[in-house]
Amino acid sequence: MSERATAPPMFNVQIDGVWRQFPKGTRVIEACEQAGSYVPHYCYHKKLSSPGNCRMCLIEMGMPKLGPDRKPELGADGKPVINWMLRPQISCAQDIAEGMGVRTNSPLAKECQRGVMEFLLINHPLDCPICDQAGECLLQEFSVEYGTAESRFLENKVKKPKNVVLGPRVTLDDERCILCSRCIRFCQEIAKDDVLGFVDRGSHTVLTAHPGKRLENNYSLNTVDICPVGALTSSDFRFKMRVWFLKETKSICTSCATGCNTLIGTREDIIYRQTPRQNDAVNSCWMCDYGRLHFSYLESEKRLLEPRISSGEKLAAVNWKTAITQAALQLRQFSGWEIAVVASGRMTNEELWLTAQIARLLGVQFIDIVPRTGPSDDILLSADRNPNSNGARLLLQLASEPGAKLPALAEAAKSGQVKALVALGENPLAFGISTEQLAQLPAFIVMDILSNVATEHATVLLPASGFAEKRGSMINGKGRLQRLNRAVRPPGTARDDWEILRDLLQALGGGNAIYSIEDVFRQMSDAVPQFAGLSLSKIGDPGAHVMQLEESPPTEKPSDEAKIEEGASAQSQRRNEKST
Amino acid sequence: MAITVARPKRNWRERLYLPAIAAGMVITIKHFKNTIFGRTKVTMQYPEEKWDSSLPEHYRGAPALVRDTDGRVRCVACQLCEFICPPRAIKIIPGEIPSTDRFAKVEKYPEEFDIDMVRCIFCGMCEEVCPEQAIFLRKDYAITGFTREEMVHDKDKLLEIGGVMHGVVLKWNEKK
Repeated sequence: MSERATAPPMFNVQIDGVWRQFPKGTRVIEACEQAGSYVPHYCYHKKLSSPGNCRMCLIEMGMPKLGPDRKPELGADGKPVINWMLRPQISCAQDIAEGMGVRTNSPLAKECQRGVMEFLLINHPLDCPICDQAGECLLQEFSVEYGTAESRFLENKVKKPKNVVLGPRVTLDDERCILCSRCIRFCQEIAKDDVLGFVDRGSHTVLTAHPGKRLENNYSLNTVDICPVGALTSSDFRFKMRVWFLKETKSICTSCATGCNTLIGTREDIIYRQTPRQNDAVNSCWMCDYGRLHFSYLESEKRLLEPRISSGEKLAAVNWKTAITQAALQLRQFSGWEIAVVASGRMTNEELWLTAQIARLLGVQFIDIVPRTGPSDDILLSADRNPNSNGARLLLQLASEPGAKLPALAEAAKSGQVKALVALGENPLAFGISTEQLAQLPAFIVMDILSNVATEHATVLLPASGFAEKRGSMINGKGRLQRLNRAVRPPGTARDDWEILRDLLQALGGGNAIYSIEDVFRQMSDAVPQFAGLSLSKIGDPGAHVMQLEESPPTEKPSDEAKIEEGASAQSQRRNEKST
Repeated sequence: MAITVARPKRNWRERLYLPAIAAGMVITIKHFKNTIFGRTKVTMQYPEEKWDSSLPEHYRGAPALVRDTDGRVRCVACQLCEFICPPRAIKIIPGEIPSTDRFAKVEKYPEEFDIDMVRCIFCGMCEEVCPEQAIFLRKDYAITGFTREEMVHDKDKLLEIGGVMHGVVLKWNEKK
């Protein structure tokens, strides 16, 4: 940390004939990329250590020519004269040095790229038509850019295992593997679950799991993301849809309080996959499998498709206006202390803000969210499984911890003090209210996305939208404000939650001048000091830090660089042990 | 800016127009004579008579899926035709071939393959883009139906039109 506080020394490096300055410790490949000279690579990944085994990033390199006084000789332009090395060098596993020269486009570098490309393609099957990676495959891309059109390979390709089930979520095709070892290093360095490795020699080398072990850690699907070819495939996404059809919407994962940044891949209102989006302040380049695969419930058979109100024994479908009017009518019958509002830590800030407005208008005392916890790990997964607990604390102005009022609420429902219950995205059966009590409530207004035992007893049922179907913002566990975006449309006549709450608020006599979600945020930013000066668009894709939390200060966890250094030092140690 | 078109200078014969009209009449009368004496056939009695025998080799009719001589449906559901199709007439739902199947090594096949013949413009791009030699434009041109649903050719219908294709590359036979 102290090193980072003082600016690192800058080195002069000549890249493709132009002298530039880079901080000490920059890898050559990164310096080249910053200088606008892209160097193709497979095994190098910016968040992992560099083993230098794919050889794709070969470049021509030179060091300053030293005079008899061990000082660089200067040329006519006052810059050091560079002695070019005769052999090509890999650019991923070296740091820059003062006076270094790099040529990424020289005949030697180009010849190396073409040669390495040809070697990589020798045993690679030509099954792009059935390969899930096609369209986002580095082998395809570099083959076009740096390879040759035809193969000179006349011999038979090596046969390797196909369709290997590495774990519950990952399927491996060994023939497609180009042995870059990114997945192995990910498991060692990030997931800390060292189960993958290479066995056998030469062109028969295959990637495999350690005997008796499976790739089943909660981060296994990240290996599929970083696999530059189609060797590791997601069993969930396998053969479902070609990637070029997917519309990728920037959003966040709502399965825990970490709020990993994601891209939701959709086509024609169907979600096919979620992939992590790089945000070094939140999730680096990764996300957990639990959050990644947690979206199929949006396409569940149980989705609520139309607003309903109870008439006699069953729930009758009505239009939105009737449902909202009915809900407002039912709520107006009771005074504030007879009404309870159970909001959800899965609601967006905008929805929570409108909920708070409704509660204030009605004078509601009982207002809380339902806590949701699970085991955490020290990588990304948070113990708080509500994505917006901090938003609820802030906007509902919860004095106590989330869920503290729930036992009292259940007690009040039992004693009959609470006569109207508003459940927003939560099931009251989860916190001690029985179905009989629900059935006896004169007013039980439910806004949810899935039907369950509780929704059958609703007096007004309002179908809402899932996380991928709406816009809004949430505050993650570290106090970072981030945006959700709409990737698909909600099914049936289900509406955005904020619209439902706005209509309810207006039917109760409040909520003027809210026509869009931007208006909600504007009102919120006027009233809440943490959001002052912000708007939905100003939050931006990487999010904005809005809350200083004492228990979890906004300092970053051990950064990836630190992890890499750790991994690299361990590696060099191993190497030294071997050599001695 | 206006462009001035140069008008050709006509001589008096051309300006009279009558010789040109007479030359035209000679052609008309020649056709009239041939028709009277039955030397020219003007009308084809469709649908009793069909085009089929006189269609050129490069004729582009209805697109169809083919099987190869092994009996395998050639399509592997790569969805390139769906991507390239200008009127978006093609809809494919891919699936995985079960490991017990004879062609399990191909791994992927189209569970559903629909071509909406109301949309199809017979451009032949699907045939051109196909990396598997699986879709061909056949010579069927009389594609009719009473409803829009009838005009959607499903996988069975497409295979029925396509039949077996000889002389295609059997690239999957080399695998494993």
